Amino acid sequence: MKLLRPYFFLLVLVFAPLATPAMLSAQTAVPPAPYAYTQLDDPRQEAAARELMATLRCLQCQSQSIADSDAPVAGDMRHQVRVRIAAGESPDEVRDYLVSRYGDYISYEPQVSATTWPLFAVPVLLILLAGLVMWRRIGRRGEAE
Amino acid sequence: MRRLRISLWIIVALAASLFALFAYQLSQPKDDFVRSAMVGQPLPQFDLEPAFEGRPGLATSDFTNGEPQLLNLFGSWCIPCRIEAPQLEALERAGATVNAIALRDHSEDVARFLEVYGNPFARIGSDDISETQFALGASGVPETFVIDGSGRITYQHIGIVTEQDVPLLLDELRRAGSGS
Repeated sequence: MKLLRPYFFLLVLVFAPLATPAMLSAQTAVPPAPYAYTQLDDPRQEAAARELMATLRCLQCQSQSIADSDAPVAGDMRHQVRVRIAAGESPDEVRDYLVSRYGDYISYEPQVSATTWPLFAVPVLLILLAGLVMWRRIGRRGEAE
Repeated sequence: MRRLRISLWIIVALAASLFALFAYQLSQPKDDFVRSAMVGQPLPQFDLEPAFEGRPGLATSDFTNGEPQLLNLFGSWCIPCRIEAPQLEALERAGATVNAIALRDHSEDVARFLEVYGNPFARIGSDDISETQFALGASGVPETFVIDGSGRITYQHIGIVTEQDVPLLLDELRRAGSGS
């Protein structure tokens, strides 16, 4: 027992969730959607679904993709993706469906739009500017010699 | 030499304004809400089984009777849903029709939740795989939508309905009823 004492708090942390009443643990009692953790039979469709999942944002854990997250809602989103891909929808159609529900927020794929175009335009402008400055400097040095 | 100095100051000013922009943006409160893109759109099609024996299930057609109604998303496992339960009852007492969708839930758990925290709901549909949640563009529970008499979503309230939100939602229901 003496040996255990330093780890007591750790033990409490690990086992405390098991001691909560049944109502609190009810969330995990509902099984996840059928295709949350089950792969599609067609490997090509499964690969397409997985590629898409990696670029869709989990609603609950907003910095993870639904492929990375174990949240129940991420499992249900994976189910939607797999079922829709299996029904013959293209990955872009599935992405468009979710964007029509949640806006651009749901997608990790960069899109050029009215609000994001400066992100794409500014680097190009900077490279052009840098090129111009360098060209003028090199040109001037050539004149001086 | 003077031209060089002026251009150096321009660079310093540009860098300073960039940092000022960072400071401003970082001091703004973060908005974690993922809003539905379905506000203003007709309700998606759904036809849900009853979540427990005490109330009928819920379908899109229940929202096209000409009366504006509320649609609440909850779960017996959701702690904030317990906190907003008295406010949903207050809305019902004020004359609002409150419907609900129970997400990822068991009928016994729903029955127990309603017994303890009250049941202001006219209809409760059950969504075990969050399909209707995604169709509505809802990011989680609790969430409350205002639906006008023709079945169009006019307002989305994300999170707990607090006491201050009750008159706000009643106002949104009136606006949905007046067709504006």
